Amino acid sequence: MNGLQQTLTLAWRSLVQVRRNPWELGDYSIQPILFLVLFLYVFGGAIAGSPDDYLEFVLPGVIVMNMMFVTVYVGHGLNTDLTRGVFDRFRALPIPRWAPLAGRILADVVKQALGIALLLAVGYLLGFRLATSIAHLLGMVVLVLVFAVAFSWVMVLVGVLARDPEHVQLFGFTALFPVTFVSSVFVPVETMPEWLQGFVYANPVSLLADAARALMNGGPAAAPALGSLLWALGIAVVFAPLSVYALNRRLARG
Amino acid sequence: MSRAIEVEGLVRDFGGTRALDGVNLSVPTGQVLGLLGPNGAGKTTVVRTLATLLAPTAGRAWVGGFDVVREAARVREIIGLTGQYASVDEKLTGRENLILIGRLLGLKRAEAKARADALLADFSLEEAARRPAQTYSGGMRRRLDLAASLVGRPRILFLDEPSTGLDPRARRDLWHRVRQLQADGTTVLLTTQYLEEADALADSIVVLDQGRVIAEGTSAELKARVGARTLYVTVSDPAVAARAAEQITAVVGVQAQVDGDQISAPVQDPGLLPAVLRALDETGIEVAELGLRGASLDDVFLALTGHSGHFEPTASEDAA
Repeated sequence: MNGLQQTLTLAWRSLVQVRRNPWELGDYSIQPILFLVLFLYVFGGAIAGSPDDYLEFVLPGVIVMNMMFVTVYVGHGLNTDLTRGVFDRFRALPIPRWAPLAGRILADVVKQALGIALLLAVGYLLGFRLATSIAHLLGMVVLVLVFAVAFSWVMVLVGVLARDPEHVQLFGFTALFPVTFVSSVFVPVETMPEWLQGFVYANPVSLLADAARALMNGGPAAAPALGSLLWALGIAVVFAPLSVYALNRRLARG
Repeated sequence: MSRAIEVEGLVRDFGGTRALDGVNLSVPTGQVLGLLGPNGAGKTTVVRTLATLLAPTAGRAWVGGFDVVREAARVREIIGLTGQYASVDEKLTGRENLILIGRLLGLKRAEAKARADALLADFSLEEAARRPAQTYSGGMRRRLDLAASLVGRPRILFLDEPSTGLDPRARRDLWHRVRQLQADGTTVLLTTQYLEEADALADSIVVLDQGRVIAEGTSAELKARVGARTLYVTVSDPAVAARAAEQITAVVGVQAQVDGDQISAPVQDPGLLPAVLRALDETGIEVAELGLRGASLDDVFLALTGHSGHFEPTASEDAA
């Protein structure tokens, strides 16, 4: 119970930080809107015939892409705490060892939820209308958040291994660009060369984008949703212990 | 429990390097211990071990009677820690930082706010209370850091190089606060590279070098072992420094050290000064400056270890 209270306090702290960091705030708000609007009006006509027809395809995709990019801040924030000595202060306090990490990931879930809400609102203003039900929509939100929590562990590892926060961002975004773009986020997979399609189909980002699209526009959602969840489970099972191991090693180094 | 801190045979290895090699320490409750040593002596490793951040390779340590490994959680309840760098959250305001610590320590929201405001007033940070810590000056940040380590009213406080990077005024202000804490009965272990600081604050001093305790005692006891003063001579032409050192060594009877154009040697008898000047004059060495100063930590070190400690020259250098 006490540990839970402390996790909430640490999550509060991560959220308050955003207020003081206009760049981070911009990454959560302006950047996804920019991506949505750019893709819609620049590429929409070429990809789907008209921006209006492209909106229902690209909105779920941008939601997934934005989720991936926001996870970088989990690693960025953790690395900042480690390099600046804030993490040591927390560790010298009578709180559970897992609370700082749990607080950060919980704060990330809140940021992710706000990001999804923002994109849905802008999507609505641009003319998006839900073809399924509110329950399906909530299912999409939960699915994306579950995947976000699992994928955060990858960024925790990056945050532990990187020398400084700048390297977390550099590495995180550099690795995420191909993973998110070489997927079904922006264009139908059939339009890509065959040699690439194998990778795209195997890419969990494609599965998640397909699942989100089906849950918002209708169509078979169960298979891609289940696939995404299995990927999330796999990523968490591999990266959570690996991250904790790497973190303990870094802390033991002094 | 009359001993607030007790350390027995503490060893800590990092990879193949031995950072601590059998350190013993004992700090009576309510006293200030100055842990003195150059960079890399192991001071921070001692603090981090006592603050439960590092597990020892061998040896044991107790803080407030609790074993730092087996009863780490109990230790954390009674200590405060101020690191070498100001370990506050730069993105939060000073007030938010203190509220955060208070909440983590289990204070209710209103209690945490009241405690934060009291500390902000106490540390003259009221005006800056609602500004992010990243806008603070070095001295303000160090005050905030110290305030953050006092939120839980710790019985035992660790200050790791508290005045590094502070200007002289901020340093005096910090010293004043440490003395207040001492007066309130807080046990303090502070690490420093400056003899002056240990001299000003500590009831007793332990000198650490390459992971070992090489001397301990009061400031007066240490200085007595070293020689009261240092003779220093600056020559006009650095090329003759070595020759000047030979002359000085001959006069004072202790090996003089050369550093660029400056030669120094510990002396017990200030009356040797004219004799040194005469000897240099007779050899035709032009002297730019000559004088005596109180023993610096480097002098203490040289006398205790036979090698220079490579200390930072002044306390006012900005570490940031």
